[in-house]
Amino acid sequence: MALIECVNLTLAYEKNIVLENLTFQVNSGDYLCIIGENGSGKTTLMKAILGLKAPLKGDIVLGDGLRRNEIGYLPQQTGVQKDFPASVTEVVLSGCLNRSGLVPFYTKAQKQRALDNMAKLNVTSLKNACYRELSGGQQQRVLIARALCATGKLLLLDEPVTGLDPDASAELYELIDHLNRAHGITVIMITHDTAAALPRCTHVLHLHKDMNFFGKREDYGKCSVCAVALDEEGHLATPGGKERVHHECCDNHRHF
Amino acid sequence: MNAAIITDIFKTVFSYGFVFRAMLVGVLISVCAALLGVSLVLRRCSMIGDGLSHVGFGALAVAAALGAAQLWVALPVVVVVAFLIIRLGDDSKLSSDSAIALLSSGVLALGVMIVSLTGSNTNLSDFLFGSVFALGEADAILSLVLSVIVLALFVLFYNKIFAVTFDAAFARATGTREGFYNTFIALLTAVTVVVGMRLVGALLVTSLIIFPPLTAMRVCKKFRSVVICSGVLSALSFVIGMMISLGVRSAPVGASVVLVNVVFFLLFLCAGKVRSMIRTRTDGGRDGTDPQPGDRGQ
Repeated sequence: MALIECVNLTLAYEKNIVLENLTFQVNSGDYLCIIGENGSGKTTLMKAILGLKAPLKGDIVLGDGLRRNEIGYLPQQTGVQKDFPASVTEVVLSGCLNRSGLVPFYTKAQKQRALDNMAKLNVTSLKNACYRELSGGQQQRVLIARALCATGKLLLLDEPVTGLDPDASAELYELIDHLNRAHGITVIMITHDTAAALPRCTHVLHLHKDMNFFGKREDYGKCSVCAVALDEEGHLATPGGKERVHHECCDNHRHF
Repeated sequence: MNAAIITDIFKTVFSYGFVFRAMLVGVLISVCAALLGVSLVLRRCSMIGDGLSHVGFGALAVAAALGAAQLWVALPVVVVVAFLIIRLGDDSKLSSDSAIALLSSGVLALGVMIVSLTGSNTNLSDFLFGSVFALGEADAILSLVLSVIVLALFVLFYNKIFAVTFDAAFARATGTREGFYNTFIALLTAVTVVVGMRLVGALLVTSLIIFPPLTAMRVCKKFRSVVICSGVLSALSFVIGMMISLGVRSAPVGASVVLVNVVFFLLFLCAGKVRSMIRTRTDGGRDGTDPQPGDRGQ
């Protein structure tokens, strides 16, 4: 069974439809990139997956024993966090809260979990450092360690490399790859950085107001329709319209 | 102030029940305000305390006009308003910022009007600037109980409060009910404001919420140390402030406490600057900018 299955999903803000009839699935171990222009509904889709936004129509089914509060989420950073007085340990530990229930304090096991995840993200040496004094790349790694405390299965990353310099982005991509391959963690990533992100993922979901694409990465941009849709820089050019798309495309991926 | 006067002050504190009572309630409520303040200041909603204190002032004025027990009227009114402010900020087009500004000036005007029209025997300045020593035994006990409850709840929900303060989106996504804790913090703040208002006055009670956290943040780098430092500073400021007002004839308690807070803030500000200068030098100027939390949105 798929980890996440979206069936005929329609999302709307007060009757303004943002996404219509979206169907795709994410299996355990997949690395899915969600791409699309601003306003194409990427963040809305992510909110729906996290259970923060109820769909207008359709379903999001979680499988493989995944619980809604077990999705490790890396939100975009807010102004509040950038100068927040907190130690790295405090931040990472707060990811364990979804397992605490009403227990007011962290258990030994939770503290160990936090330490393990800090090790996975190479931030153990920073554990007593002040979060606001870290570099952007270090902050993102700390937040991913926190997300891993909340989940062992699925990471949802919302534009993780925004604001990072090229070296820090490359390093972060390597780490995400590593988590995906070595630890078997399923990754769903919203990104604008298609050039760097697409070669790494296994699946692509491209949201566009006229035409969506979902399929394996190898198929993305290869078929005639996709090729028409993509300009030379890999960005989506104005597509030909839905009808034409359905007729011309191959079987192993979907336009809708 | 020489030694004799200081001994005198200590004698006063411990020999007169009402002074000791005021001191105890004051210290506890200062600590509550400071702890809640850490979360409020970091989330850029420190003005909620200001709005609530003005509403509390209005409620006290009404209670006085009706001859009702002041705390028992003010408490539910302010708690309800706190709840409304949070809800308003959530989903209305009126931002909670401007909602608070509207509310506080409107209610303040209403309170002043009521007190002026009805009150030959009520004292406007008691409400506005506090009257520590007028705290009766029943009110003192109620205040004590309330502040202990606030403290206990804060400690029990400390981790959750950290989570929603640091990252509301993540907290919500991983199943912490952010809305619930926002309301929870607002309600605790409401209780603290109402009790604190009796001591230092409606106009000054916000400073109990804002000053200690901002002071602590000048030098502390962990959330826990900010919380502890801010609580300790707040208690200390209240004790010193009250001592000053006992020692110096006609120095009001509220203003003294706030001024002590101001002095602490300035001291910590300098300490923080010196520390970041030293660090810049030892780091070879790697990162000299030390962002000051809470500066924005104040």
